[in-house]
Amino acid sequence: MTYLLEQAANGIGGTDGLLFWVFAILSCVGAVAVVATQNIVRMAFWLVVSLGSVAALFFLMHADFLGAAQLLIYVGGTVVLLVFGVMLTASGHTIKVQTSPAETLLGGGVGLLLLCVLIFAISTVNWADISQQIPAAGDSPAIVDAREDASLAESLSVATTPEAKATAEKALAAVEARRQAGRTIRQLGLSFYGLRPDHMNSSANAASAPGYLLPFEIISVHLLVVLIGAAYLARAKRRVTPGSGTDL
Amino acid sequence: MNGPLAVLTLENYLIDCLKSRADSATLGLIAFLTAALIHAALYLSLFGGLPVFYIWLERKVAGRIQDRLGPTRVGGKFGWLQTIADGIKLIQKEDLVPKDADSLVFRMAPYLAGIASFAAFMVLPVSDGWIGVVAECGAFLILALMSLEVLGIILAGYSSGSKWALFGAMREAAQMVSYEIPMAICALIPLLIAGSLNLQVVGKMQTGGVWNWFIFHDPFAFLAFFCYFTVATASVKRAPFDLAEAESELVAGFHTEYSGFRWSIFFLAEYASMFAVSGIAVLLFLGGWETGMVIPESIAGSLRGWEINLPFVTGQRFDLGAYIANLVGGHVFVIKASLLVTLQIWVRWTLPRLRIDQVMTTCLKYLVPISCFLFLGAVFWPLILASTTEAHRPVIYGPPAKSVTSVISPLSGPPVGTESSTIAHGGLEVVR
Repeated sequence: MTYLLEQAANGIGGTDGLLFWVFAILSCVGAVAVVATQNIVRMAFWLVVSLGSVAALFFLMHADFLGAAQLLIYVGGTVVLLVFGVMLTASGHTIKVQTSPAETLLGGGVGLLLLCVLIFAISTVNWADISQQIPAAGDSPAIVDAREDASLAESLSVATTPEAKATAEKALAAVEARRQAGRTIRQLGLSFYGLRPDHMNSSANAASAPGYLLPFEIISVHLLVVLIGAAYLARAKRRVTPGSGTDL
Repeated sequence: MNGPLAVLTLENYLIDCLKSRADSATLGLIAFLTAALIHAALYLSLFGGLPVFYIWLERKVAGRIQDRLGPTRVGGKFGWLQTIADGIKLIQKEDLVPKDADSLVFRMAPYLAGIASFAAFMVLPVSDGWIGVVAECGAFLILALMSLEVLGIILAGYSSGSKWALFGAMREAAQMVSYEIPMAICALIPLLIAGSLNLQVVGKMQTGGVWNWFIFHDPFAFLAFFCYFTVATASVKRAPFDLAEAESELVAGFHTEYSGFRWSIFFLAEYASMFAVSGIAVLLFLGGWETGMVIPESIAGSLRGWEINLPFVTGQRFDLGAYIANLVGGHVFVIKASLLVTLQIWVRWTLPRLRIDQVMTTCLKYLVPISCFLFLGAVFWPLILASTTEAHRPVIYGPPAKSVTSVISPLSGPPVGTESSTIAHGGLEVVR
């Protein structure tokens, strides 16, 4: 029994691997079901499954801000709006989506081309290099952090000379700086102002980074313009001329 | 330090236990699954147990407000077991699916609402270090998860194949899409004061007396609490905002066609969400798991660090003092949140239901501008006061909290002083 569990754990790569496979399969099944079903509301349901699983995959990679944004924007926002739109507009023939053979062919062709591009892109990446930059699998970051904290605190407490103390404090600071690597939200906030904690080592990069605040603001103003435009267009249809007797 | 309720501590302990029995390196999977199951069961009992109490409370409070007695027979003088009896009755009912319903979506929608509501509990800290998933962006994540519950309700109403349910779902959708905006803006105000999205850090920053609670931080935060609470009441579709299930006009709104177990899941999700939004309010504004009194807080603080040896394992120490302090803190948190839930129940049976256009007007014409104004005020408040106070964080009614300066000044350092570094660096621990 123990042996079997051991083999299973090795084969699927521990708990991380197990969860990865669960959510990867769920997201693929959801995506295929979105295409395969013909009812719009069922599509929305499968879209939730697929997008939610992608969010879970982000969480598995410790990209928690990205995962939360995926949930809020795609699952909580886009899908709700989609269903809301369907409820306002739907009648019998718009609920069922029937694709003609030409559309199926066209869609399939575009999908196949995209698949080719993705496979090409993935195969050209040198994964051996990248896997060296990623810390080895094993204990979760928090366990490693706790062990490191204990050893660093010990070395700081046994240090008697000022030099040894300075070295220990330096090591502590270095560890703190490295730990920011996985915690994306602080980095994201700093990147808005052009401070890139991941590029801090090369001072030239850190000084010349332009930051993302301006592009972000431009996009948000753009969205506001779109929103006002949509509201204007929606209202314009219902406008009645004053004095025509219909504006009761 | 994390108490034994934190998955990692228990997982570590189990690994060490198992290692001493058999020398296998990959027993980690068993240890992880066992620890995860135990904690999921603990959270599930909170998720299932609190609504049972709240439903009883609702019936009792409603009875008293209407000059009745409420439940008195089942389970003794006060009718304690009324909810359990209701639950048994509901489970026995037939599971109906209407002929016109989209049966897959109809069957799945209650679970979607229930899962979204339960998932919010995952990132809700109960006490210092007692949290299912330590996420650096916990507040953002919990708002995202709460917004998913709506989807279950909309899909339920739409797939029922009934006009009543469809109207309920449409109202719910319109209400939710608009009320999410002021809710997020109001929640942003205390997060702005804390300078962190980590709910553990937000809770820790309010240690000390009542004057350290964020509701008393500045006048804008004080008003923001009431604004948040109004919006939160609407977001869990409680009266006076319960347009989605307006009994007087829509039979039962979105759950008209549901019966038995599936209907009870909607009910469970609603009451669990009431606790979740109240818990967020407590964490953001009302001091989290702190009592707000200086002497009990210092006693609890001095308990931490009182360690004992664990059985079966040598070399691992268990912080019993922190465990006791956290246990008390967890109770304080649940009691505070339950008081807010009681307030929601009180409001429900006092105020009449609004019309749908009044609900939308309240949100878009009043609550959104008010919350924007409060947010702007909260942003400018420290800038105006910065010249008049010595500390970085201006506090009106008392001395600034100890750990505050280290939060605001360093860019790359740990968010709060060293004693909290374990939670600040937690990352996403359960999911790994």
